[in-house]
Amino acid sequence: MSYEVLGITVLWTFLFGYLIIASIDFGAGFFIYYSTISGTRHLIHNIIDRYLSPVWEITNVFFVFFFVGIVGFFPDTAFYLGTALLIPGSIGIVLLAIRGAYYAFNHYGTTTKSWYTLLYGASGLLIPAALSTVLTISEGGYIEVNANGQVILLTKKLFTSSYSWSVVILALVSVLYISAMFLTYYADKAKDVAAYRVVRNYGLVWSLPTILSSLFVFFAIYNHNREHFDKMLDIAWVFVLSLICFIVAVTLVWRNKHLGWSFIFVMLQYGFAFYGYGAAHLPYVLYPYVSIYENFTNENMAMALVGVFILGLILLIPSLYLVMRLFLFNTSYVKGE
Amino acid sequence: MNYDPVVLSRMLTSLTLGFHIIFATIGVGVPLFIGLAEWIGIRKNDFEYILMARRWARGYVITVAVGVVTGTAIGLQLSLLWPSFMQVAGQSIALPLFMETFAFFFEAIFLGIYLYTWDRFKKKTTHLWLLIPVVLGSSASALFITIVNSFMNYPVGFTYLDGQIVGINPYKAMLSPAMPSKVAHVLSSAYLTSALILAAIAALAYLKGQKHRYHRKALKLTMICSFVFMLSTALIGDLSGKYLAIYQPEKLAATEWHFETTTQAPYVFGGTLDENYNIKNAITIPYGLSILAFNNPNAEVIGLDQFPEEDWAPLWIHYLFDMKMSYVAILTAITTLFVVQLVRKKGNIYGKWLLWCVVISAPIAILTIEHGWIFSEVGRQPWILRGIMRTATGATKSDHVDLMLLLFFLLYLVLGIASTRVLVKMFRNNKAEDELALYEN
Repeated sequence: MSYEVLGITVLWTFLFGYLIIASIDFGAGFFIYYSTISGTRHLIHNIIDRYLSPVWEITNVFFVFFFVGIVGFFPDTAFYLGTALLIPGSIGIVLLAIRGAYYAFNHYGTTTKSWYTLLYGASGLLIPAALSTVLTISEGGYIEVNANGQVILLTKKLFTSSYSWSVVILALVSVLYISAMFLTYYADKAKDVAAYRVVRNYGLVWSLPTILSSLFVFFAIYNHNREHFDKMLDIAWVFVLSLICFIVAVTLVWRNKHLGWSFIFVMLQYGFAFYGYGAAHLPYVLYPYVSIYENFTNENMAMALVGVFILGLILLIPSLYLVMRLFLFNTSYVKGE
Repeated sequence: MNYDPVVLSRMLTSLTLGFHIIFATIGVGVPLFIGLAEWIGIRKNDFEYILMARRWARGYVITVAVGVVTGTAIGLQLSLLWPSFMQVAGQSIALPLFMETFAFFFEAIFLGIYLYTWDRFKKKTTHLWLLIPVVLGSSASALFITIVNSFMNYPVGFTYLDGQIVGINPYKAMLSPAMPSKVAHVLSSAYLTSALILAAIAALAYLKGQKHRYHRKALKLTMICSFVFMLSTALIGDLSGKYLAIYQPEKLAATEWHFETTTQAPYVFGGTLDENYNIKNAITIPYGLSILAFNNPNAEVIGLDQFPEEDWAPLWIHYLFDMKMSYVAILTAITTLFVVQLVRKKGNIYGKWLLWCVVISAPIAILTIEHGWIFSEVGRQPWILRGIMRTATGATKSDHVDLMLLLFFLLYLVLGIASTRVLVKMFRNNKAEDELALYEN
């Protein structure tokens, strides 16, 4: 594997990690809000709180890792995306900041206020919508470089394009689906029957829109970036596998069986789709301005980054394992004992 | 004012960093003292110290949260506001940025574990061990990010050819001559500031009538640490001056209004400048600058005459430096006085005026950090990469930076008010005495 492919794979993997754990977080925020209005908050609040408390900071790091890494491996993305994304990027930061800070304030600090729950719930949907526009823009066609070398985001085009909206919708329903499927597994582990009923319903309700919007995005790419669509067709089997994993995951939840496996299949479903999408997008990071071969960092830096990355993983993997053993897979902690 | 993305980008970056460093400093320093208190508590089998660690940790989480989100903000803003600079930095200095993320990751993981496992382990020391990676991670974050800043002050590890950066050596780029003194100064002053903040909390509680043993212990522990870190910070600060004299003489010269290269250079404090660069109304200490720069009253100090005027830093950094040094003098006096009272047989460390001095030392320490950073950053203007890239070249050409400046100003205002309120509420309604009584029952 060349350094270029290795670099983008590493970054893509961290983005995938962020996608899964941030979805759980964002979706949980929305469910907390929704359950507050629908009067079921007391049922699900505890399990969500117990899961999110020790990990919210880790979730954030996955994201930081991705954007620091992409500037390291592909410095030109900083130039193009940095200039074009000033406004959406800044709004995204503000939302993330409010959410992160208030999460901690609320948890360790004082009582909950209703306007804050609304903000917390709304940000659970607004952030994924904002972040998903970066993926849309990377398809090309939404930025242009004028004669002064100024990079301009074609905002109007972005807001009126059916492709960008299909990506936003996919992001939203995925967040709710992934989160609900995880919480179903977690509630079952906690033997919290009341919470389990609530979140299982959420999972099943959001499963159908998820798969429909995935199909919709798939075909929206056909109209927007034909080259990418053709490459996706070449590896169509990956997307078929993703669909199969989806069916297995939902069936398991439907039959209330093997919920741990069910969530693993959810991850596989998104894994296949996400890596398939990414692989077909290569060699471009930002179509057609930044490609992994032409805009890769110099060789010395690439070697150094890969070296540090491997050393970093040696530290991180056992630490993450420790977190999982102490919190996620520790039955007495999960039950709140 | 006309729309100028360069000026606005600089304003927004300084706003974010100015806000972030308050929380970053606490983030780097406080874990050390949490660990110290817990360690003493375990060793002496004294629950009061353990509770101290717990209470500090509880407040620490709030500051960490703000530190994390503002840190994320500055991380992204680097690319959003300085895209051309990051394009170059990505080639040359991405390694320490990347390593910083790892350190942050490491810290985040173990902080989460530490906070939720107070009573989970049979052996008390197991829990204490969990704090080691937090201390290492937070200090390593400071180390790596300061390395990036050192590179911007004194770029090394590449060849500059026809406007292009070639022959990059990522490891050499990390070992800028600016690095050792900068890193040491940042770490030492973070420990000092955090110790003073914790000391001020204890002193304030004592002044408000909570004369419990708990607060006495907290005050003594943190003030002794403050004294030690005051000494090390001052010593390292002196080394920083000597670094400047050799490697960034134009910064030192602008700071000291040293216009002509001379031997036996005087140290200038305060004063004003007229349009011909004549210094008026200043206090001058003969030989001061030569001693500061080279430990030798007869040493030659390079003046601003050696540099074209367009490369000069703004001359008002002189005042910044003077103010910073005044703060340092006050802090040195307070910490020394406290320690003198502590070791003197008839000394009284609980005198009202001395406790008030301790209380005000915390905001002064934060002001020192702010002034120090503004001095350091403005002092390398007009360069974003000294000698390589002008700040104006690195800035975004994007529209609406003004709007974003307003947006972030509001964000920091809200975060600042909210975090203060949460912290005050957290401890006002839950005094240490009450908590101790609860555990004794």
